[in-house]
Amino acid sequence: MHMNPFLVATFGGVLIGLSAIVLMAALGSIAGVSGIAGSLISGGVSGRAWRMAFLLGLLAGPTILWLVFGDSGIGVPQVGLPWMALAGLLVGVGTGIGGGCTSGHGVCGVARLSRRSLLATAVFMVCGVFTVYVIRHLLGGL
Amino acid sequence: MKIMTALMSGLLFGWGLSLGGMTQPAVVLGFLDIFGRWDPRLAFVMGGAVATTALGYRWVLRRPQPLFEDCFRVPSLRHIDGRLIGGAALFGIGWGIAGYCPGPALASLGGGSLSVAVLLATMILGWWLAARLLPAQRNLVQPASKDHRRTS
Repeated sequence: MHMNPFLVATFGGVLIGLSAIVLMAALGSIAGVSGIAGSLISGGVSGRAWRMAFLLGLLAGPTILWLVFGDSGIGVPQVGLPWMALAGLLVGVGTGIGGGCTSGHGVCGVARLSRRSLLATAVFMVCGVFTVYVIRHLLGGL
Repeated sequence: MKIMTALMSGLLFGWGLSLGGMTQPAVVLGFLDIFGRWDPRLAFVMGGAVATTALGYRWVLRRPQPLFEDCFRVPSLRHIDGRLIGGAALFGIGWGIAGYCPGPALASLGGGSLSVAVLLATMILGWWLAARLLPAQRNLVQPASKDHRRTS
């Protein structure tokens, strides 16, 4: 079965939006993955149980797709282990001090037209594009 | 009910990421590679997600409170500072190196790749470091205020 990839991508985005609406309507919270996971690590917040449940659902989602349709949609890493380790550290520190990631700033914050989130999203997009440009077109790949 | 609803929300998020191709770092890096063979799919995912969320929030935030909590905890910080910009810049660089942001990294763990597990471990270390070095600013305490109704 061939479906337009852009239609499928848009539908995926709509599901993410529904996820954010459900979390706000039921628990009054932004669906920001770095915020939800980070607050579990820094500790001291109430609502640990539902945060764990949200992350569990996120983790289980693709596996359920695999069980039902035979395809989890999970792709393979594109860079070696040391680069993966460095990338993880930068993403963790960056989203930790910047107060959000692609979901918290990029989806929920932009949807609220938050000035901070619009700026953060522009900055991480530009830095991501710049990094890929340097790696692929100046260095010739990692 | 809180836990079941949060689990459902997480599942929807994971399904959306997977269908949108966001659990494939090649697709994410292809989007960021605007000077190469550009793959615009991520823009459609973001567009669909932002439009849906914007419409849904307009309706949800007009209610007096969420179903299972006392108030909406919407971010209250307004100022732009070096912390916001520097953090977003570091995040963007890390995102551009491997093609994983936090959601897809977690959703990809089920694929059983060791290097995804390592990336997630260093990401957790990063959150811990950030929380230690720069404790969280006062945020997320504001009930839905005027500025969210301004758009309605």
